[in-house]
Amino acid sequence: MRVALFVTCVNDTLYPRTGQAVVTLLERLGVEVDFPAAQTCCGQPQYNTGYRHESEPLLRHYAEVFAGYDHIVTPSGSCVAMVRDNYPRLGARARAEGRGGALAEAAASVVPRTYELTEFLVDVLGVTDVGAYYPHTVTYHPTCHGLRMLGLGDRPLALLRQVRGLRLVELAGADECCGFGGTFAVKNAAVSAAMGADKARAIDATGADVVCTVDNSCQTHIGGTLSRRGSAVRPVHLAEILASTEGRVL
Amino acid sequence: MTRIHLGMPAPPGAAPAFPDAAEHSTRDTTLRNNLRHATHTIRAKRAAAVAELADWGELRAAGAAIKDHTLRHLDHYLEQVEAAVTAAGGQVHWAVDAAEANAIVTRLVRETGEREVVKVKSMATQEIGLNEALAAAGITAYETDLAELIVQLGQDLPSHILVPAIHRNRAEIRDIFRTQMSRWGRPAPAGLTDEPAELAEAARLHLREKFLSAKVAVSGANFVVAETGTLVVVESEGNGRMCLTLPETLISVVGIEKVIPSWRDLEVFLQLLPRSSTAERMNPYTSMWTGVTDDDGPAAFHLVLLDNGRTDALADQVGRQALRCIRCSACLNVCPVYERAGGHAYGSAYPGPIGAILTPQLRGTVSALDASLPYASSLCGACYEVCPVAIDIPEVLVRLRERVVEGGPVTVRGTRAVIRPARGHAAERAAMRAARWAFEHPRALRAGQRLASRTRALHPRRLPGPGRAWTRSRDLPEVPAESFRDWWQRTRGDRGTA
Amino acid sequence: MSGRERILGRVRRALADVGEEHPGAAARGGAAHAGGEPGRDGTAPGGAPRDGVARDYLRVHGERTAAERVGLLATHLADYRAHVHRTDAAGLPGTLAALLAARGARRVAVPEGLPADWLSASAATPVPDTPALTARDLDAVDSVVTGCAVAIAETGTLVLDAGPGQGRRQLTLVPDHHVCVVHVPEQVVDSLPQALERLVPHRPLTWISGPSATSDIELSRVEGVHGPRALDVVLLSADASPTAPPSPR
Repeated sequence: MRVALFVTCVNDTLYPRTGQAVVTLLERLGVEVDFPAAQTCCGQPQYNTGYRHESEPLLRHYAEVFAGYDHIVTPSGSCVAMVRDNYPRLGARARAEGRGGALAEAAASVVPRTYELTEFLVDVLGVTDVGAYYPHTVTYHPTCHGLRMLGLGDRPLALLRQVRGLRLVELAGADECCGFGGTFAVKNAAVSAAMGADKARAIDATGADVVCTVDNSCQTHIGGTLSRRGSAVRPVHLAEILASTEGRVL
Repeated sequence: MTRIHLGMPAPPGAAPAFPDAAEHSTRDTTLRNNLRHATHTIRAKRAAAVAELADWGELRAAGAAIKDHTLRHLDHYLEQVEAAVTAAGGQVHWAVDAAEANAIVTRLVRETGEREVVKVKSMATQEIGLNEALAAAGITAYETDLAELIVQLGQDLPSHILVPAIHRNRAEIRDIFRTQMSRWGRPAPAGLTDEPAELAEAARLHLREKFLSAKVAVSGANFVVAETGTLVVVESEGNGRMCLTLPETLISVVGIEKVIPSWRDLEVFLQLLPRSSTAERMNPYTSMWTGVTDDDGPAAFHLVLLDNGRTDALADQVGRQALRCIRCSACLNVCPVYERAGGHAYGSAYPGPIGAILTPQLRGTVSALDASLPYASSLCGACYEVCPVAIDIPEVLVRLRERVVEGGPVTVRGTRAVIRPARGHAAERAAMRAARWAFEHPRALRAGQRLASRTRALHPRRLPGPGRAWTRSRDLPEVPAESFRDWWQRTRGDRGTA
Repeated sequence: MSGRERILGRVRRALADVGEEHPGAAARGGAAHAGGEPGRDGTAPGGAPRDGVARDYLRVHGERTAAERVGLLATHLADYRAHVHRTDAAGLPGTLAALLAARGARRVAVPEGLPADWLSASAATPVPDTPALTARDLDAVDSVVTGCAVAIAETGTLVLDAGPGQGRRQLTLVPDHHVCVVHVPEQVVDSLPQALERLVPHRPLTWISGPSATSDIELSRVEGVHGPRALDVVLLSADASPTAPPSPR
């Protein structure tokens, strides 16, 4: 099984610990992980802001970088949603505009091989108990793209429930968006901040000391809002919890 | 170029862009509380009403498919509607835009010799600004839906598709009734409290005289069945029935996308709409009429078929799915942005997620407001999830963002045109291009990351310029000492360079 | 050029692409994505376009005996604050008289074709429905008694089609109290699709699910606005004796 890690530009630059945790976790589960160094960004920021033509080269780049791998695993529901939902749209639009089928073929080549981390663990490896230990009270915020576009469903919670030492507490209004939304957070800062404040209040009310998601872009917004409010709750990516063991809590 | 009218007194060019309007409305704590209370009340109820039907997914797919099929053959079905309504004793009129529709209705009312009309709540007449047009012609239009009455009495604007006065709580409604009812007719009962049942009773008494004396009514329609010429109005209060049956003349203004091909198709939409809208198994009253009936209901029936930008939306391969909309408002009720910004910030008869994709398609993306609407979303997808006709609202939002920042071929008032990118996005465009370039050149990306890491001690907690929008309410993450790719290179440099 | 020609022309130009593309991307995994829909030229015999819609939704939500169907209708009517009563032919005049008396009804509107004996036990003055009876006249009437065309168990809905015993549409609208008699089980269908099959589109139809209501104040449901604020439904069975006498409210 040739597994490539697509770490994502956000994790690469701001959250290397998350990428390191994915490597630790997968290797512990007996998976050999490659990191194709030419990888960069899936193109979602450009696409979702309306710069469709700026995102096309990044689709081509992604397809080239990950050609030849059986599985492309990424610790970001949002980036997987970009690949799975929007790459085929980019291809179809290019074809409809009379620019040939190359982009559509590139999209089709990567869609079935791209997995969000919890999909890969639960669906491909068939595990929910990954041997983790994490002595914290944790609440889980299902990020929108993971929840609604990918339909991750119960997978992240199923994984969390098997973590030893972890106490899982429910988040009220969990399915409501945190207010990040990429450039939305800046273009509609007032609404984004209002959504973030409501999310932060709900997180604080759980009594958890850690809020867990599968998307560090949302975590940047949630964590930044919590921190500004003086909250003690720490944002932690699910991969870091799952990679933790008795000997080494991340 | 004439501007397409979409139901707001101020021309859209003068209205503030969505973020500016929301900057104010998000600080209005009464509004925030009213909206939070109302939208959260309906969410759970809708979910329960939908969960009762094991075949919701199939109904939803069928609803989308029927609408797509109809749109695909819209010319055929519109001609069929015209023939069927005419055969049943009605008269059909065609209005290319709001001005034409308003002129037709005004003329029809004048021909009756009446100076007053009663109105059933209708999005289409809100969209075209019919009340204002009638007023300019000396004709008074009385809104009879409770929420529309609250809006009209309060000299306010609707802020929701189903519940136009959703931004008002019961105490505010009582105050409006107490102070304003006497200006339009029967005053509010003495000692009126803010109990919803008492407020409803006050509306009943206030409007009863209007219903009994009205000679002309104006309505919209939820559906028009092409094969039979039947119009359908779903409602709750009975004001619709009053307007549809008591007056001598009935004028229905209906968007061309309201057509469905067959009688049988109602079995899909009459299951989808009430549960999505008021979260009921069935709304209290549904009226269906076909032309005119001897000795029962209006003797004269006029159907005004309205385009007003719909054919422009139809020309867009991605955007046309917005025309499936059955105006249930489920997307508003689940939208986190609508809940916090309120309906008025959308500057249109159509607020919320559906408004954010409908308004810019009907009106174009020229004004600052209209160009900002596609960005009034975090793309969280809650709207798409609840939409009973599966309109992928996030997909259309992104398509319209592209229209704003990249321009390209569009149809404006029936004419194909290539539009230029909107102004005001130059810096963003340059940044997106630069980012794309860096992402195509991993070495450049790495150089940038290393620079950021080396300078991390100097990073401010609050940013100047555009970054201020972030740091006003949120702290920045710390840049790590080492990027992931550098860590990988350092620890396992020989692997994975495929 | 007329508005008609301009609109139809714009529609046709807007659809220039649909030979290859569907109008609008359909629901993910939805029926309209399934392909196989004919192109724009695809027409069924007789010139009507084939709709190609997968109608794989349910005709009925659950299997029920006739008694269960009637029971569900009663439950769902009551959910939306209609008052439900059961009786048989012998008990009907007494039931109706009691319901009218309980409201203090002195004048009751009577549609053409209502069986004469239904109101034989009531002391209220009958006001026969004629085209000359105006809405203002009806505003001075206390109650109206009608039958219906069909009732839908799954939604708790009564449908009136202005047929015999139902009257013109305004008859059941202006008076504040509506008593509707449903022949059970024969007038009761399970589902909305079944009801549509029984109805004639060209008749004026009024679907009633509970008394008048509104959700316009804070999205909470309140019964009673412009239509009748009280709805009594009498389930009339051919043989069964009433299980309980109608209770005055």
